[in-house]
Amino acid sequence: MAVYLFYFLIFPGLLFMAVAGALLSWYDRKITARVQFRKGPPLLQPFYDFFKLLLVKETILPKHGSRSVFLIAPLLGVFGATMAGLFILLPLFGIETGFRGDVIVIFYLLTLPSFSYIIGSLASGNPLAAVGASREMKLIISYELTFLLVVAAVIMKSGQQFDMNSIIETQQTGRPFIGSISGVLLFVAGVFCIQAKLALVPFDMPEAETELASGIYIEYSGPPYAMIKLAKQIMFFILPAFLVAILLNGMNPGINIVWFILKILGVVLLLTLIRNTNPRLKIKQASGFFLIWMNLLVVVAIVLIAFGL
Amino acid sequence: MSRKTLIPIGPYHPLQEEPELFKLYCDGEIVRDIKWETGYNHRGIEKLSESKSYDQVFFLVERICGICSTSHPFAFANAVEEIVGVEITDRSKYIRSVIGELERIHSHLLWVGLAGHFLGYNTVFMWAWKYREPILDLFEMITGNRNSYAMFKVGGVRRDIEKSKIPAIRKEMGVIRKKLDLLTGAVMDDPVIHARTKGVGILTRQDVIDYAAVGPTARASGVDIDVRRDDPYAAYPLVNWKVITAEAGDVFAKAEVRLLEMYESASIIEQCLDALEKLEEGNIALKINEIPAGIGTGRAEAPRGEVFHFVVSDGSNSPARHKIRAPSYTNIATFKKSCIGQTIADATISLAAVDPCYCCTERMAAAYDNSSGEKILNANELIEISMKRTNEIRKSEAGHE
Repeated sequence: MAVYLFYFLIFPGLLFMAVAGALLSWYDRKITARVQFRKGPPLLQPFYDFFKLLLVKETILPKHGSRSVFLIAPLLGVFGATMAGLFILLPLFGIETGFRGDVIVIFYLLTLPSFSYIIGSLASGNPLAAVGASREMKLIISYELTFLLVVAAVIMKSGQQFDMNSIIETQQTGRPFIGSISGVLLFVAGVFCIQAKLALVPFDMPEAETELASGIYIEYSGPPYAMIKLAKQIMFFILPAFLVAILLNGMNPGINIVWFILKILGVVLLLTLIRNTNPRLKIKQASGFFLIWMNLLVVVAIVLIAFGL
Repeated sequence: MSRKTLIPIGPYHPLQEEPELFKLYCDGEIVRDIKWETGYNHRGIEKLSESKSYDQVFFLVERICGICSTSHPFAFANAVEEIVGVEITDRSKYIRSVIGELERIHSHLLWVGLAGHFLGYNTVFMWAWKYREPILDLFEMITGNRNSYAMFKVGGVRRDIEKSKIPAIRKEMGVIRKKLDLLTGAVMDDPVIHARTKGVGILTRQDVIDYAAVGPTARASGVDIDVRRDDPYAAYPLVNWKVITAEAGDVFAKAEVRLLEMYESASIIEQCLDALEKLEEGNIALKINEIPAGIGTGRAEAPRGEVFHFVVSDGSNSPARHKIRAPSYTNIATFKKSCIGQTIADATISLAAVDPCYCCTERMAAAYDNSSGEKILNANELIEISMKRTNEIRKSEAGHE
């Protein structure tokens, strides 16, 4: 039991994921700054930001709306992100082998942070937050089908293996899934799904700073907002890790950990570049993008898989 | 009719740099009605102007707008020079135009950056503002200030553009063209920007005429107006340039007009520099000792549209009455046409597309009895008087025809 608690809280759980996520968010901010002719923040800036929110800033509660739900929602988000991260990282690091069907569990757990933001923002009673929440819901409906199809295609590709461990093993004994046409298509769709799950531009309409003034997070301040930041940072690490695991060969033991880190940095670089070279889409356009084009892409990939490509 | 949600944009909101309140009455995400409240920025500029000398008023009107800070002195100088009845020297005309066009470039670059920011495209924001920096440096070299240049005075300008400074300006015009090519390419060819701005916030030609919109807002809807050409002042009749118009009237057309106008501005500046090289240095201001009694109107094409100044002089050293109309005064009224029926996402960029400047346009009117000091007319009564006068003028004009 104690060892599971260690897994959950320290490694590869909450603490490890939070630190890795914070460093990745620094990497993202630094690249963004360089693209925009700016100098960028120092390495520890995400930690300063987090601890300032957690320890220094006061919590302001909305006058109307449900306070308990408003406060519990961010914790739910952190819990969901951490649990999903555990199911991804334990097989990835070769600590535990997981169980049959854990890919499906991961898929559900990954939606938990988004749902918690919706619940929290609706509990705040702010009209801008309500608009943000409705946009987040529409966004989830749009990208979730694509994401499910990507996961299903990967399961097909691995020969009906329903657990992370076997999916990674199939790639390591054979070759990475991305080394085929269908794999490349799945990777493209997967990257866009991650972009939407992380609510990065062009899919940042739920927070849309210049339209809704941070939308779903508008009423959050102090420690609850720190929890939301934490959940977002964890997601910023585990989603690229998930993509690396299911399409890019995961991690070989030993010195190959450097190779694994490079793969993660590469995926994050891609996300960062997409978010810095696009304006925000409208929610209708984003829905169309996923429901029509991305789904079509994945269906084509699935057909290709059926032909063994 | 279903219940409408009120989505407030303001008084403090990341979309707008200034405090003002837009109330979007929404049905889901669709904006059904819009109302706005301004008045957070009222500074009493017109009243202040009556207590300053003509030289001081230039510094005051320069501070009406921090971005187009030379268009108000431009219009005020035109108005006062009309009262005096002088024609300024050619050299000062060219210098005025150089300053005016440099300002247009930096103001339009600022708008392009902000529009990118409003669309969530922060890279364009940072790049456009980076490109704007050398223009501000040029201003510092020419006038000593990056903003609020203090260049104008009645009868000319305060500082000369010496021959030694001309190569640096010329070089920067070459550089800014290349940067504009890059920026224009990034904006004009990006399919996602097309998806976000084409067909959004459309103002038809008739809307523009109905609401008397001015500047790039009007030109983007195919209304070919530009004070620089229609009511020539400074060096604009002496150089070759064309008025940029577009037909679509949407946000994309407004961006297109502004981007292409910057090329025209660069070309105007280069022609003015050619002329300045030929003219002798010095002789930049006429000596004007007295402003006679009379009335004068001055117009100038600010980056956002027509600026109008009306000055009444009673022969003393300060204006007896100074009326200012900034372009945003008419432009922000077009929101009624451009925003209703759009989604919130489209409405916000439509709000920003006219490049509104609220503090420039905020005015208050009240009428006091001189002897007792009591307020005798309220706002509604003043509006009634104004409408009556307008109708009288209309009737008398109809009589002439």
